[in-house]
Amino acid sequence: MSDRAEIYAKTAELIEPFNKKGVAVTERTRFAQDLEWDSLTVLDFVANIEDEFDVIITMNMQAEIETVGQLVDALTRLTAKGN
Amino acid sequence: MTDLFSKFDPLIEQRAALLGTGVTDPFNLVMEKVESPTVAICNGRRTILLGTYNYMGMTFDPDVVAAGKKALDEFGSGTTGSRVLNGTYGGHKAVEQALKDFYAMDHAMVFSTGYQANLGIISTIAGKEDYIVLDIDSHASIYDGCAMGNAQIVPFRHNDIEALEKRLKRIPEGAGKLVVLEGVYSMMGDIAPLKEMVAVSKANGAMVLVDEAHSMGFIGEHGRGVAEAQGVIDDVDFIIGTFSKSVGTVGGFCVSNHPKFEILRLVCRPYVFTASLPPSVVATAATSIRKLMDSADKRAHLWENSKRLHAGLRQLGFTLGTEEPQSAIIAVIMPDLEKGAAMWEALLNEGLYVNLARPPATPAGVTLLRCSLCALHSEEQVGEILTMFAAAGRATGCIS
Repeated sequence: MSDRAEIYAKTAELIEPFNKKGVAVTERTRFAQDLEWDSLTVLDFVANIEDEFDVIITMNMQAEIETVGQLVDALTRLTAKGN
Repeated sequence: MTDLFSKFDPLIEQRAALLGTGVTDPFNLVMEKVESPTVAICNGRRTILLGTYNYMGMTFDPDVVAAGKKALDEFGSGTTGSRVLNGTYGGHKAVEQALKDFYAMDHAMVFSTGYQANLGIISTIAGKEDYIVLDIDSHASIYDGCAMGNAQIVPFRHNDIEALEKRLKRIPEGAGKLVVLEGVYSMMGDIAPLKEMVAVSKANGAMVLVDEAHSMGFIGEHGRGVAEAQGVIDDVDFIIGTFSKSVGTVGGFCVSNHPKFEILRLVCRPYVFTASLPPSVVATAATSIRKLMDSADKRAHLWENSKRLHAGLRQLGFTLGTEEPQSAIIAVIMPDLEKGAAMWEALLNEGLYVNLARPPATPAGVTLLRCSLCALHSEEQVGEILTMFAAAGRATGCIS
């Protein structure tokens, strides 16, 4: 999978189970401020993303990722590298 | 001017609100006098200590105290220097020899604290292209060691063997891998499935570091920790430990069989750029470590204490961190910080000291009353402890 739109759709789908506040998710949605995720929620979500895309998202990378769009960009790069 | 302290405002407000209720500050207790490893005078009152990590009760051991006094007389109050300059005395080599004998390992390196041992070893051995895979509930010193180095950091869900394995398998071919685990996790008092985790780590080409701070002296046939108890100590590359718990003083260490281990003395900054431990401290540590080798009876009594307290608290209706007692730590889960602080204060008024632990130190945002038992708690004291928990629990409405 390397198509960005496809990655975005899958990411949005994986966000939903953790979207307890029912926030309308866009590329600009921020994980900490808008979704109000704590560290354990982030861990669970990242684990699901990692399993889905078969990648590792290190804490070093997580520190640079604030928004859904930035995560999709990172996943696009990571999955392209693997191909 | 932006006040650099404004970032602390939420915590300052939370603290003010808590103390505004009139509760005693749980993070400012003063021990006015310490009578023994299990009893101190706090606020003028005789208090049983159940939150000190003094697992083996070595702090008042006559041989240990005598060794410290002798070293003070013969070597003075401090070394005023780094281990690699003027700070290595005979006592520092002697305590490293005691550690090598205790663990039956080739190398031992002593740091000024346990925190610095994790900080130093982890930040030094894992470089930029390497990966550190660690349990999400790891101690602050492990996270700080990761932050100080520049390796790639990959956390996995607490004690989840499959999560560890999946991450190891995704790490790029050829990258260096360090798996960081703890024998006993100090907040809940639960142990790691080291047998499986070490096997998975080795099968995937990783080196393994295990922090045995809370198991040394107590768990395992020779008190070497959870890795010994689960039969995998020979596959562990680095064991980190501390002198501030079972050993009964202060200091930290790493033991290893790695043939190139000694080079760390020159490249590990938290080892090089700090003063070494005072001669009296290393003398007490060496004496204590050697006595811990032959402490099977004390280990057995500590297990009895742990089992009895766990069963007794459960019977009273408290929620505990583990189903079964797995270590000398029993974590009592509180509904929230306010209730936890009230219960902590009620226990103190009864004459019992435990640790109040709260986020971010605790996992999953819980507030805990953490109890750590001592091999020198008598049967009678454990009985008193349970009576005090019953009274304080009912007074605060934590139990019915």
